[in-house]
Amino acid sequence: MSTLRTEEMTLNMGPQHPSTHGVLRFVVRADGEVMREAIPDVGYLHRSIEKIAEKVGYHGFMPYTDRVDYVCAMFTNQGWGSACERLGNIEVPKRGEYCRVIAAEFNRLASHLLSIGTMGMDIGAMTPFTHAIREREMINDLIEELCGARLTFNYMRIGGVAWDLPPGWREKSNAYLDHLEPILDEFNNLLSYNKIYVERLANIGIITAKEAIDYNLVGPNLRGCGVKWDIRKDIPYSVYPDFDFDVPVGNGHWGTLGDSMDRYMVRVFEMKESVKILRQALAKIPSGPVLAKVPRNFKPPAGECQIRVESARGDMGWYVVSDGTGYPWRVHVRTGSFAAMGIIQKLSQGLMIADLVTLIASLDVIAPEIDR
Amino acid sequence: MQTLIENLVNAGTFGKNASVVAAIVIFVLSAVVFLGVAFPFAGIVSWVERRVWARIQSRVGPNRVGPNGFLQWLADGVKHVCKEDIIPDDSDPTLFKTAPYLVVLAFVLPWAVMPFSSSLILADLNVGILYMTSVTALTVVGVLMAGWASNDKWSLIGGIRSAAQIVSYEIPAGLSIFPVVLMTGTLSMQGIIRAQGWAPQHWFLFANPFTFIAANILYISALAEGNRTPFDLPEAESELVAGFATEYSGMRYLFFFMAEWGNLFIIGAIITTLFLGGWQCPHITKNVVLMNVLQLIVFNVKVLALVFLSMWIRATLPRVRIDQLMLLCWKYFVPISFVDMIGTAVWVAIWPDGNAFMGYIMLAGAIVVAVLFIQRVIFYLRRSRMEMYFNPTI
Repeated sequence: MSTLRTEEMTLNMGPQHPSTHGVLRFVVRADGEVMREAIPDVGYLHRSIEKIAEKVGYHGFMPYTDRVDYVCAMFTNQGWGSACERLGNIEVPKRGEYCRVIAAEFNRLASHLLSIGTMGMDIGAMTPFTHAIREREMINDLIEELCGARLTFNYMRIGGVAWDLPPGWREKSNAYLDHLEPILDEFNNLLSYNKIYVERLANIGIITAKEAIDYNLVGPNLRGCGVKWDIRKDIPYSVYPDFDFDVPVGNGHWGTLGDSMDRYMVRVFEMKESVKILRQALAKIPSGPVLAKVPRNFKPPAGECQIRVESARGDMGWYVVSDGTGYPWRVHVRTGSFAAMGIIQKLSQGLMIADLVTLIASLDVIAPEIDR
Repeated sequence: MQTLIENLVNAGTFGKNASVVAAIVIFVLSAVVFLGVAFPFAGIVSWVERRVWARIQSRVGPNRVGPNGFLQWLADGVKHVCKEDIIPDDSDPTLFKTAPYLVVLAFVLPWAVMPFSSSLILADLNVGILYMTSVTALTVVGVLMAGWASNDKWSLIGGIRSAAQIVSYEIPAGLSIFPVVLMTGTLSMQGIIRAQGWAPQHWFLFANPFTFIAANILYISALAEGNRTPFDLPEAESELVAGFATEYSGMRYLFFFMAEWGNLFIIGAIITTLFLGGWQCPHITKNVVLMNVLQLIVFNVKVLALVFLSMWIRATLPRVRIDQLMLLCWKYFVPISFVDMIGTAVWVAIWPDGNAFMGYIMLAGAIVVAVLFIQRVIFYLRRSRMEMYFNPTI
């Protein structure tokens, strides 16, 4: 009997594939259902945002930062604002910082809800997605009251935030948090502890702590590997030192340390920590102005600075070089999704095609953040 | 119904061309059943599923076309008929065009032996249940054909997955039918139903522990054969775009999904016939017509309950992976089915007329489980926002 002649199949997954979260593209070399490797191809959503900054000036760039990562735009706002403040030596009023933290933590909740909802959908469970989106819509309602926008917020300004909290907003937010906490447990019962779900995620896409550091993973992806590294704790910025919260890390409870389930659970637990921070921030917020006096024609002295904020997708770095004029000389954004794309090629070797989808979802890759 | 017509023929009602007339009558009746029952059922199920699904997901669902969106399925049908029927250039046109018809064929053929009531059955074949399982397996040919002819790698993977899945799950499904056949000694649908009683303790579901397990395995295997969640791998939209149906459009695309929705009824009918007493209901009247109507209602209520269960499952569970699917089939279902078969054979040898005591014990156990389950559901419903779930008019 002659041996059956087989050949590898090259599959083109994306950019118009339903589960590639925007416009990602993977060139998958597959042997039947098993992948040899999946090579990520980035650049489908490149909009030259960094170059735009050099043309529109410091104040004018703020709305563009929303587009760097439209799922958690508050963090990009905050990163750009903080970088400019560092350059121009501007002191943000205490209430302004609190507003920033409240808005950002709400945004983290919204982003993580979307992330775990799509995770369920990628595995085929449609119900958790709509439930997560339902809760996220309520956060969007709150943020809409705050700044008038639901996706690209443009809430922060250099020197603080654009608008103070509207009257009655704190009570509404507290009521929402009371509503959300039991929902998170319900969500866990519905999805996270489901046998099929755990079987699909545990022991898939295992990243060791050393690999994660070598590949420069950040945020929940890094913490899922057991590395306790959170910019909010380790390089404190804004008013985060005022709050008492934990940094959840993966523990390999469901399978191996650093698998997809760990990354997923880190996000679930982080939402509870965000709720904790929000409760403290809403209780402690001082009175006073929210926006420092910043000249309309903002010209920071020549110099450079690097700001790191803990976005929903991890350490987001803003590097700005000023030459003393009204326009930045160079802006660079360092984002977590780009680093996460780098490790997919290594992780995908030997996985099944169905697991590639869950792997992408567990790394919580957002297409605009990869390319800027 | 066949026997009814045969009686009429033998009595000379139709004169000398009796056999021709009888054949025509059967054809017309079959056509009425297929076109008048099967296809609208598939359509209505699509609407019901979307509404049920929407409630579970705290959405509203389609509610614009007709009262509560009831005519949505007609609107969808009209939309799909009006759409362009795209046949890819590089496809194999003959196979591509034929595939949906085979799938629909696999969906309409089982209706011939569907035992709606004691006399409402098109053909009470003496190999009824065997016929049912063999014609439903025809789906795999259509799906594989669609996957191959589309000349698309995603379709191909979907088709191959489907073939592997349906062929594998045929085995536990087939083996799970054996316990019932062993107990009744017949393959005829009506014969199997007549061997059961109307009361739950006389159903084969509770006849002995082996049949109970067999019923569960058969239901899960039937879900897998019908490409339903959690086994909807062939058309897994998050992995394979739309699986074997990726390249299809318009009415041909709709045919695949009509077959999927219609298959829900067939799955329910097989389980109802084999394990849930079929159309059996108490003899409360001597009127044959009224009795048949009652039986029709009983049968449909049982089937629709199972259809609802599969919708519920679909809305709740994630999808398994292909290796887990195969593992479940070959490592668990096939051995358990064999044990079931042998166990039932031993049981029948010991108690040829069944063990009534066992029936009551198992029924009591089932009631306890059901009560606990309903309590749990009520517990969660109380915590949720009831007005979202129990207002059918929005």
